[in-house]
Amino acid sequence: MNIIVCAKQVVDVSEMKVDPNTKKPILQGVPQKISDIDKNAIEEAIKIKDKHGGKITVVTVGSSDAKEGIKELLAMGADEGVLISSPDKCDYRVVSSLLAEAIKKIGEYDIVLCGEASIDMFSGQVGPRLAGLLNMPQITYAQNVNAEKDKTVAVRNMGDKSVTTESSYPVLITVTKEINEPRLPSLMQILGAANKPINEWSADSLTKDLEPKVETLELKGIPMERKNIVYKDDVDDSVKKLVDSLAKEGVLR
Amino acid sequence: MVLVFSDNKNLSLELLNKGSELAKELGKNVTAVIVGKSDDALAKEYISHGADKVFIAETDIDSFKAEEYAGILEKVLKETGAEIVLVGSNKNGKDLASRLAGRLDAGCVIDCTNLYLKDKKLTVERVVYSGNAIAVEQFNSKPNIVTIPSKVFDPLAKDDKHTGDIVKKKFDVEKSASKVLKVQEMQTGDVNVEDAEIIVSCGRGFKSKDDIKLVSELAEVLKGKTVGCSRPIAADLKWLSEDHWIGLSGHKVKPKLYVAVGISGQIQHIAGMRDSSIIVAINKDPEALIFKSADYGIVGDLYEILPKLTNMVKEKMG
Ligand SMILES: Cc1cc2nc3c(=O)[nH]c(=O)nc-3n(C[C@H](O)[C@H](O)[C@H](O)COP(=O)(O)OP(=O)(O)OC[C@H]3O[C@@H](n4cnc5c(N)ncnc54)[C@H](O)[C@@H]3O)c2cc1C
Ligand SMILES: Nc1ncnc2c1ncn2[C@@H]1O[C@H](COP(=O)(O)O)[C@@H](O)[C@H]1O
Repeated sequence: MNIIVCAKQVVDVSEMKVDPNTKKPILQGVPQKISDIDKNAIEEAIKIKDKHGGKITVVTVGSSDAKEGIKELLAMGADEGVLISSPDKCDYRVVSSLLAEAIKKIGEYDIVLCGEASIDMFSGQVGPRLAGLLNMPQITYAQNVNAEKDKTVAVRNMGDKSVTTESSYPVLITVTKEINEPRLPSLMQILGAANKPINEWSADSLTKDLEPKVETLELKGIPMERKNIVYKDDVDDSVKKLVDSLAKEGVLR
Repeated sequence: MVLVFSDNKNLSLELLNKGSELAKELGKNVTAVIVGKSDDALAKEYISHGADKVFIAETDIDSFKAEEYAGILEKVLKETGAEIVLVGSNKNGKDLASRLAGRLDAGCVIDCTNLYLKDKKLTVERVVYSGNAIAVEQFNSKPNIVTIPSKVFDPLAKDDKHTGDIVKKKFDVEKSASKVLKVQEMQTGDVNVEDAEIIVSCGRGFKSKDDIKLVSELAEVLKGKTVGCSRPIAADLKWLSEDHWIGLSGHKVKPKLYVAVGISGQIQHIAGMRDSSIIVAINKDPEALIFKSADYGIVGDLYEILPKLTNMVKEKMG
């Protein structure tokens, strides 16, 4: 079974600071990591490989420091990495086209795995968009995947419904955070990953047509002003003060 | 032309409002799309809520598959020459819009909370970085595909005098290689956190499922009756059904009062409740992040605080 996992390097949103004057988020210097749910995608790929054998290739569109993230996924159990340098002007159209071209270049694939959404943008666009570009069936929001020899059966979490879907190969699957618990690689695996290949492909070598269709004009801050009044002494006292405050706010009616 | 589609009627009505506003500004029409069985009553309802035209794409497809729906919308788009496509942002809608964007190689923005024309180009806003910022995005070529979540816009008032055409057409679309084997309603707690005015939420600070009654009791006296929770309570422990789940990957809420009990306040939880008017936190850890996002907080053991708080609220409210 040949599996391709699309994994994105993102800024760690929980480490993000807001500029006190402009209220805009500061993007410089924020630690990077592999988007959480993409680790669930790798974990699922490893499980499928354990069952059927085959090869797992990780593909990332990103900057060169995304290599560190890819190494982590190789240590978890992926076999090979592909890093595509991200053009300066990038939108979902550009990223998806590059991923699609890279997947075509890799050539052999039964399953393409994505996260249900990236933790920084949380769109859930790349998976289905890629499936459309590659014209293959899509199974999104999978919280359980049972890959058999010639077909996959997955349970999709659609919020109010759970939908069980079957597909032949090739198929694109996006996974939820609940599908599994991503493993932590051992020291041996981390050392071993140093020998696994990471191929760097330039965006231009994959496609010449890299014009974004959507442009980000601005990032606006969202000020969240809260009173931050914390009662921490005697419990009875604190409870009384809280109830008085809530009454004054007019919410106890 | 502006096209509007959702498999959810209410969402379609909400989108029609924004859709007709944009269409007017562009000097164009707004068309609602119905996929499936011909339904004149529904078409008339869309017209009375602002649609200038309803396009019924008749098919015998029995269950939603983004592959096939995208195929149908692709044909409707070709037929109508639509430039802007507004899709209701439930999970089906996001899948459909994204796939359609792939098929048409078009620009697409998911979960827009604001849309307008700027320099005659469609410009949209969406929340990014787990609620840390709003990105302003502009389309530079057509068609423009966006999805819009529920409750961002209100439907237009019903106007029975508004007229429109109903067009019906059958399309052959490529069938997907996937097959729906089973559809099962998820277990629900019959709560609607999105419309609740008062919510009391619980997190991992609770030791057992039974203890959640401490939260429902407080919710009861606050006349909110609505219990919410953090992700682990619904997703991992399954102590509450998923309709209680609040946050980035759960429900977005904006009550008048949100009480977070035993919740640490990670950014993914805050993303779902940051629009609440007043936020109260109860946590035994004085350093807990939740206090940074709260108006009022008590540092202490929830097992001690909750019964006292419930009693005192009861007294106060008489
Ligand atoms: C992709 C992704 C999406 C996510 N989406 C969501 C989402 O939609 N919603 C969501 O909630 N989370 C989401 N999360 C998870 C989120 O990051 C946090 O892990 C989660 O919110 C933590 O839940 P918690 O606060 O209940 O538990 P914890 O973080 O374990 O916090 C428990 C808190 O209880 C306090 N406590 C313990 N005992 C007591 C006591 N006796 N009295 C008072 N306080 C006590 C502790 O001090 C602690 O602060 C997501 C994560 C990822 C990666
Ligand atoms: N730059 C990227 N490189 C590789 N995969 C990506 C990239 N961006 C998004 N993806 C994949 O698409 C999924 C959904 O991302 P998004 O559409 O941004 O929510 C992610 O979980 C990844 O699997």
